Amino acid sequence: MRRGPRRTSMDLGYATLQVFNGLVNGAFYALLSLGLAVIFGMLRVVNFAHGAFYMLGAFAAYLLQLELGIGFWPALVLAPAAVALVGIAVERLLLRRLYGLDPLYGFLLTFGLTLLIQDGMRVRFGLQGQPYATPTELGGSLSLGAIAYPAYRLFVIAFSLAVCVAVWYAIERTRLGMVVRASIERRDLTRAFGISVDRWVTGTFAFGIALAGLAGVLAAPMRNVSPTMGAEPVILTFAVVVIGGMGSIAGAVVAGFAVGVLASLGAIVNPALENILVFALMAVVLLVRPAGLFGSLEAR
Amino acid sequence: MLEVAGLSAWYGQAQALKKVAFRVDDGELITLVGRNGAGKTTTLRCLVGLHREMEGRIVLGGEEISGWSPERRARAGLGFVPDDRGIYATLTVDENLTLPPQVGPTAWPLDRIYATFPVLRERRRASGAKLSGGEQQILSIARALRMGARILLLDEPTEGLAPVLVQQLREMLLDAKREGLTALLVEQNLRFATAVADRHYLLAQGEIVETLDNAAVAVRERELLRHLGV
Repeated sequence: MRRGPRRTSMDLGYATLQVFNGLVNGAFYALLSLGLAVIFGMLRVVNFAHGAFYMLGAFAAYLLQLELGIGFWPALVLAPAAVALVGIAVERLLLRRLYGLDPLYGFLLTFGLTLLIQDGMRVRFGLQGQPYATPTELGGSLSLGAIAYPAYRLFVIAFSLAVCVAVWYAIERTRLGMVVRASIERRDLTRAFGISVDRWVTGTFAFGIALAGLAGVLAAPMRNVSPTMGAEPVILTFAVVVIGGMGSIAGAVVAGFAVGVLASLGAIVNPALENILVFALMAVVLLVRPAGLFGSLEAR
Repeated sequence: MLEVAGLSAWYGQAQALKKVAFRVDDGELITLVGRNGAGKTTTLRCLVGLHREMEGRIVLGGEEISGWSPERRARAGLGFVPDDRGIYATLTVDENLTLPPQVGPTAWPLDRIYATFPVLRERRRASGAKLSGGEQQILSIARALRMGARILLLDEPTEGLAPVLVQQLREMLLDAKREGLTALLVEQNLRFATAVADRHYLLAQGEIVETLDNAAVAVRERELLRHLGV
């Protein structure tokens, strides 16, 4: 019986730790699913290659460091920009040819691209993960009452949240966002109102890809930089997008963080529950609200 | 201003328009009348560039525009008021109004829009989806006026409107016409058509079968109403 209180406090500490771990995972899901949502809304393409672009973002940061001695902070801007350039090439040269066809073609193309990019990187860098140093400013831990938590991970949560809010603001409150929303809602009609929707399509795709690249840079100091690092998160990200509602901006962000925390809390009970819970939630959402928590079927 | 010649259109195998020809001169308001399925909406969709299975000449202000993209046509001065009103649910009333670029010197400033349509001012921060059918119709027309389009293409603006709103719409179009508005109106409501328009093209099964002035419509009203099935 004497062990009771001690155990409770330890459990509380562990639970707090898991909540923060969940928020960190959620930060990545949110960034990734935000990009997927924007791309799906504008292009009606389910971008399976999103995980590959995430991986390219991490590698871009790694190579900037290795080849040019450029550190984490500049890489936070440069790597997503570089990945976005690849995205522009993909949209202009490949995806553009598939508009108006069955969405399945877009899915197949991006699936093929994923294999191509992954294996291409594997040939060059091998399967073993490359280490990437945590920026010195964010080394060490911060005390959060019962637990101490790595400063870098707290930064990841805060930074991702800030990016999500900024993207939401840009889409909901600016003229640029208004044009994007209109194009997402009624593409043809928007053209008949004098808006060059096609020009915005490339930009939107590049932007969504840049978000994936950004998530990759943020992941580099935490996870091994390896060609297959995007394979696992992309599956969960698709679940997040379905839960939040296809094409919904707010849904992607809220569902991203919620799924991250839910999975981590599930892991307290049994580590195997981590992914099961996410897909069970997805199944329930699909049964109860097929359009997702924030989606609307009419808008499709 | 707008001249259409030999306009034919298809939906797959089915021919929807057969060598349609008409013209709208500066400051003129003309209507395309005809029963459902006669090809009125298809004609407008061809004009704005949203229906591509077509051939024929579309000349706007002396320029052949049938090869142009929809956005280029809009910027050249086509103001489209579609049959479903084309109001965006994800945009506020304000945003719906300011989405299209201002393309001509006759563009209405937002102040004038809101002074003319107080109902829109009251709802300016509301989502377009929250408006009633009548309010959406007003918003759709106001948006075209705000663009400063050279010619308005209105697809059945009176459809589903309460009589009092139809009355308001009539006065608004007559006012705008006195200021030099040019418009092509697709309409099934003959009374409304003769009240605002100068000439009428009768469209039947994809062909223009007759051109009528207001006097001719008045004389043959019963026969025409029977033809329109209303």
